[in-house]
Amino acid sequence: MSSGLEVKNLQKHFGGIVVANNICLDLKPGDRKALIGPNGAGKTTFANLLTGTLMPESGSIRLDGADILSLKESKRVRAGVAKTFQITTLFKAMSVRENIRLPILERERKSLNWLSSSASFPEVENEIEQLLTQFNLETFADLRVQDLAYGQQRLVEMALTLALKPRILILDEPSAGVPTSDAHIIIEAIERLPQDLAVLIIEHDMKLVFRVAARIVVLVNGAILLEGSPEEIAGNQQVRDLYLGASHAH
Amino acid sequence: MSTDAAKTLAVTPPRKRFRTRLLLDLVLIGIGSATFFLFPENLGFVTRVLIMIIFVLSLDLVIGYAGIATLGHAALFGSGAYAAGLFAVYISADPLIGLAIGIIAGAVIAFLSGLILLRAGGLTLLMLSIAIAQILQEIANKERPLTGGSDGLLGIDMDPIFGIFAFDFFGRTGFWYVFVILVMVFFLLKLVVASPFGLAARGIHESPARMRAIGTPVYWRLVGIYTLAGAIAGIAGALSAQVTELVSLEALGFTLSAEALIMLILGGTGRLYGAIFGTVIFMSVHHWAASIDPFNWLFVIGGLVLVVVYFVPEGLLGLPAKLRQWLRAGR
Repeated sequence: MSSGLEVKNLQKHFGGIVVANNICLDLKPGDRKALIGPNGAGKTTFANLLTGTLMPESGSIRLDGADILSLKESKRVRAGVAKTFQITTLFKAMSVRENIRLPILERERKSLNWLSSSASFPEVENEIEQLLTQFNLETFADLRVQDLAYGQQRLVEMALTLALKPRILILDEPSAGVPTSDAHIIIEAIERLPQDLAVLIIEHDMKLVFRVAARIVVLVNGAILLEGSPEEIAGNQQVRDLYLGASHAH
Repeated sequence: MSTDAAKTLAVTPPRKRFRTRLLLDLVLIGIGSATFFLFPENLGFVTRVLIMIIFVLSLDLVIGYAGIATLGHAALFGSGAYAAGLFAVYISADPLIGLAIGIIAGAVIAFLSGLILLRAGGLTLLMLSIAIAQILQEIANKERPLTGGSDGLLGIDMDPIFGIFAFDFFGRTGFWYVFVILVMVFFLLKLVVASPFGLAARGIHESPARMRAIGTPVYWRLVGIYTLAGAIAGIAGALSAQVTELVSLEALGFTLSAEALIMLILGGTGRLYGAIFGTVIFMSVHHWAASIDPFNWLFVIGGLVLVVVYFVPEGLLGLPAKLRQWLRAGR
């Protein structure tokens, strides 16, 4: 039985437009893979097909050999596939601590408990502290998310998703909306992710992609154009013409 | 953001918040008990206010915490009222067993209707919630031999509570019976909203998409919250039937649902205390204004709602914070 995520021949149309055309992709534990492509290439759609937000017309998605295609989004999360959103989607009126507490309680199946305080589980609180430290969010723990800068909200988004202890983590444009001067914070946070976690990064910021990804997949019009190492991708004339520009050739 | 700025913006620590609110709860219990001695001639009205507070607390759980838009909450109140009333007339007049029947009826109707309602959202949900209440009201109307139809369900004559405390003409027993149940419901709801279940309800209200993405079965969780709210609305309905010894079709009516919503908006949603303040203010103004001008009292309520919605959209509970904000802006 193969470990990790195995996607085969994924197909999806929106009306007459093909948004996923026979996509095949593997993610092994510890992989750092980036998915790049021009706007409208179908990157977020592909992420939504993986998480179960959208259902494909055909193809298969297997996690550790088990078919997860028929599972709903919430069950795929429990199986170990989690994602961050392209546009920050957090519980903005709640504190950072509560934002991280929610997924841990859900993961530990404590969220049906309605007679204990949500803050009364020491093991959950310890885990929250660890995640706050990992993402340098200790100072902001008791702030409402709506009062944080956007870059900090992106970190909360990652902390919240990591709190699910996923095996497959999909980061949908983690640096979108973050000022260039703060992009290094996001890069460092990605570099600190657990080593055995398989990460798929959908990103436009090539600096980030070439820094953190070991393999890059290029998606164009819903189909995979090419997969290779950062050097192979940067040196490919077709990719340069389509997307990167000459600056990454050398 | 600096550490100092973070400290300024930080939410109140839970322990400090707990102490402040416990003090407020004790003050509220004191005021509630005092109304018995302050308004001995008006215990019937005061008891009706207490029952409505339970009903509006249930609505706050649905709208304020879980974000379920409804204009048919009377369906759950009326179900509890008719179930408790019918039980008292045809099976047993024991108040506590009747109360349990009301709870079960409210919860069952909420669960069954929730299975349909909560697949929808927005305006569709709003319209469906009205439709469910109207259907139940029409059933109660058509089943005249059983329910009394438009004449209402009569013949409810409750036994003494625990076989000791008989319901009296002045409503003294009724007041304490309802008051004790209200205090129990309030503290139960405080527990619920502070629990993981309550946190998840707030999460669904804020972002259903994110809740699905953290593995929450959002639909079933909403059905669970709606069922709990149905049980509480059923308590209010059952108490109403037992204390007034009458159940009319209005118990399932649109007016009751709409008035409860106005009470909640007046007080402020998603804080439980808003349900208490909003209900007391609405019913007191109603009582006072209707006694002065029985035909035009709605002008006063309408004006009050307009002022609140325009100037304090968080409800009257948000008034102190708004005043501070205005004072700061005026300096």
